[in-house]
Amino acid sequence: MRRFSWFNATSLTVGFAFLYLPMLILIIYSFNESRLVTVWAGFSTQWYGSLLQNQSFLDAAWVTIQVAVASSTIATILGTMGAYVLVRGGRFMGRTLFSGMIYAPLVMPEVITGLSLLLLFIGIGLDRGIFTVVLAHTTFSMCFVSVVVSSRLVSFDKSLEEAALDLGCSPFDAFRLVTLPIIAPAVISGWLLAFTLSLDDLVIASFTAGPSATTLPIRIFSAVRMGVSPEINALSTIMIAIVTVGVVTASIISKRSSLAQQRDEQAAARAT
Amino acid sequence: MAQTVFAPWDDPQAKPLIQFKNVTKRFGDFTAIENLTQDIYEREFFSLLGPSGCGKTTLMRMLAGFENVTEGQILIAGQDMAHVPPNKRAVNMMFQSYALFPHLSVWENIAFGLKREGKPKAEIEARVDEMLRLTRLVKFAKRKPHQISGGQRQRVALARSLAKAPKLLLLDEPLGALDKKLRQDTQFELMDIQEKTGTTFVIVTHDQEEAMTVSSRVAVMDEGRIIQVATPAQIYEAPNSVYVADFIGDVNIIDGIATRDGDGYRITWAEGQDPFIAKTQNSFADGQRCHLAIRPEKVAILAERPDDSANAIEGQIIDIAYLGNISTYHVKLVNGQMIKAQAANTRRLSRRTFTWEDRVWLSWTDTAAVVLER
Amino acid sequence: MRRFILIAVPYLWLMALFLVPFLIVLKISLSDIALSIPPYTPQLDLTEGWSGIKAFLSQLDFENFTFLTQDPLYWRAYVSSLQIALISTVLTLLVGYPIAYAMAQAPDEWRATLLLLVILPFWTSFLIRVYSWIGILSNEGFLNQFLLWTGIISTPLTILNTNTAVYIGIVYTYLPFMILPIYSALEKMDGSLLEAAEDLGCSRLSAFWLVTVPLSKAGIVAGCFLVFIPALGEFVIPSLLGGSDTLMIGKVLWEEFFSNRDWPVASAVAVILLLILVVPIVLFQRNEQKQRELDQ
Repeated sequence: MRRFSWFNATSLTVGFAFLYLPMLILIIYSFNESRLVTVWAGFSTQWYGSLLQNQSFLDAAWVTIQVAVASSTIATILGTMGAYVLVRGGRFMGRTLFSGMIYAPLVMPEVITGLSLLLLFIGIGLDRGIFTVVLAHTTFSMCFVSVVVSSRLVSFDKSLEEAALDLGCSPFDAFRLVTLPIIAPAVISGWLLAFTLSLDDLVIASFTAGPSATTLPIRIFSAVRMGVSPEINALSTIMIAIVTVGVVTASIISKRSSLAQQRDEQAAARAT
Repeated sequence: MAQTVFAPWDDPQAKPLIQFKNVTKRFGDFTAIENLTQDIYEREFFSLLGPSGCGKTTLMRMLAGFENVTEGQILIAGQDMAHVPPNKRAVNMMFQSYALFPHLSVWENIAFGLKREGKPKAEIEARVDEMLRLTRLVKFAKRKPHQISGGQRQRVALARSLAKAPKLLLLDEPLGALDKKLRQDTQFELMDIQEKTGTTFVIVTHDQEEAMTVSSRVAVMDEGRIIQVATPAQIYEAPNSVYVADFIGDVNIIDGIATRDGDGYRITWAEGQDPFIAKTQNSFADGQRCHLAIRPEKVAILAERPDDSANAIEGQIIDIAYLGNISTYHVKLVNGQMIKAQAANTRRLSRRTFTWEDRVWLSWTDTAAVVLER
Repeated sequence: MRRFILIAVPYLWLMALFLVPFLIVLKISLSDIALSIPPYTPQLDLTEGWSGIKAFLSQLDFENFTFLTQDPLYWRAYVSSLQIALISTVLTLLVGYPIAYAMAQAPDEWRATLLLLVILPFWTSFLIRVYSWIGILSNEGFLNQFLLWTGIISTPLTILNTNTAVYIGIVYTYLPFMILPIYSALEKMDGSLLEAAEDLGCSRLSAFWLVTVPLSKAGIVAGCFLVFIPALGEFVIPSLLGGSDTLMIGKVLWEEFFSNRDWPVASAVAVILLLILVVPIVLFQRNEQKQRELDQ
């Protein structure tokens, strides 16, 4: 039976105020009547209207979604393969190099990743566009997927796979029927992570996109450089709302399922 | 050299080291300890025994200073402990999880408390070495806690809590994490160390065998109260309640009605059967309900009706549990009551006298059983 | 055969899109700027065979790196990047530790919610979170309005477009990376260790220094690296919140590439940034490795 001490309550309050106040202000002022972002002039949803009329934002959003869906899906497949190779692959030539290439992009400054990919695309004469952004995003987000999935793979009991093999599964069937269902939550969160990273990325996209494919972050960045604007506030609010609903829903679902599992276990324990 | 029996609790002149005076502890609505009064004397090895949730750990944590008393007083060496924080008490605790600092070596763990006192370096070193020798850990001084075995960790925890030479050492399930064989060896080691250092030990345990082995006195607890405090032998031979009799060791309980008869009682327990005869110091009104508690090893099992026994009753063997040195026979009486009787296996198995379904006689003396109110 | 495909696909992907681009950067950093497409020389011409490779290699030199050491702009950018990353890491630790500590101490039924509240900003757009501070820190922004209203200051403070704004931005955006590893270290800690320390004569405060801090060291180290490493190469925060005199190497690289179109120099800047990062990255990996071994 623990309670919050005075000190802990204060640091949590101040800490979370620091984390959330800026976003809260942003959301409130997206409903501001005035074009001056820091002066309140009454409630209005006009900036949402003007945002939805702004074709360049809509185009950019569409490009971003295409890129994010494509890159996160490919990254999830490649990243899961990579994780499996890392954890269960045994020894093979160049294993150290492989694990290095999985971990290095996690800490690589985006400017360097972006620059190097751009120089590659130019070097092999690939025209820059949506395709090159997808390639770039897949490459760095597959590493994040690998890390998420491999941490789940490490913690799960290898004897389950061995039991499947013992009962007559081929290695591929054992993966499909036993391993995959168990690591599925990690694979899904890996996909979500890859999707978010892609939605969020400005720097790598700026290097690899070229003039034909403007993603939403690139569009926002060029608008924000000019200073604060209520349309960007409105756009931010929409994005924050989507993320919040998504994350909260996901956490409620996972909490429900773990509670249900707990209940089942308790019921089973009573039954015996 | 005459050996005096260590029993300061029988000496009205002796001053207790610890005094609980009407101590009550509540957590919200839940009462963990209810109006408890108890003295513990110097050099005692005092056990708090009871099922989980009986309040024994709370009692110990109040002694260490991790929990405040809701009502009443705890005195240690005559001093009220109410506002003394744990770090200012001459009391040390050995934690159930051992709580060894994982970032410090065995040596540094043992020296931890001494360093807080700001003692000179040489003195600390000497004391730590002494503790390492006492607990046979000299070889492991430089290891970290995760590099030694469970039994060794237990000894480090003991050495660390003894290093400051506390007046009182609290041990919270000190042997709970060890396997059975190691636990038995360690019990004797604990007693040995307690004797050598002359420290007062208060130990919390749910293992009755452990409490019986190590303690000078055992306090059996239930639902925040102490039910009985006595030496292990008294607790076993003369429990004051069915709860204690049942908690410590194996026991047969027969319900009946008491009638005064000379210096004992006749206990009517089933219609058409001779009453049992038992001598007891407890007094009952005629016709009062009572319980006859009798240990299985005090019930003799015979083929024929004995001539001169105070209590004899016929029954049928339903089950036999062979335990090697002894066998326990489950015997069903005419009214369906099951009685356990133990017999030592002095003969080889093939020559055993009784087998399943045999009709046998059970008998015990008039002093073998205890008559209890509840 | 299946195993071979399983290994080969991600392996070759990373080779082609991570390792090879890297070697290209290295190669271009040794080349010279040229008025051509692509704007550098020499170009490797494999059609000429061995002599082509030899001619190519003979033209590579360290001229760009010499240039970087001579122009004080780059030196100052590296030093000031290190400085900004270091100061903001320390600030993030100071802000993050009490939060992580309070979370680990919180009642069980609160933990999941608090954790969610820390993770939530991490899922929201980085760009938007940086952007949200522009309106707060500008001269007529909310912070100045508030301070003027309370009477603490009489003239607005200039915060936006200074290094202070960059510190605030880094602390704000990277705070979850500091909180999470510290929280997970503190949460694992057995509460009886603190009781044992108190029992052995520590006051609350000395128990904190002697037990809690050493036991959360791995979390602190991990958190610091997770903030320091990306902060060093940060581009968005200095370009949105920093001023024209805020020198950070990520920004310099960006400008060298996009504004000056000097690809060889941009590549050389990247190579040196990477060399600087190797040290903390290796240290970080060691820390993680050690932690994994301890956990087993």
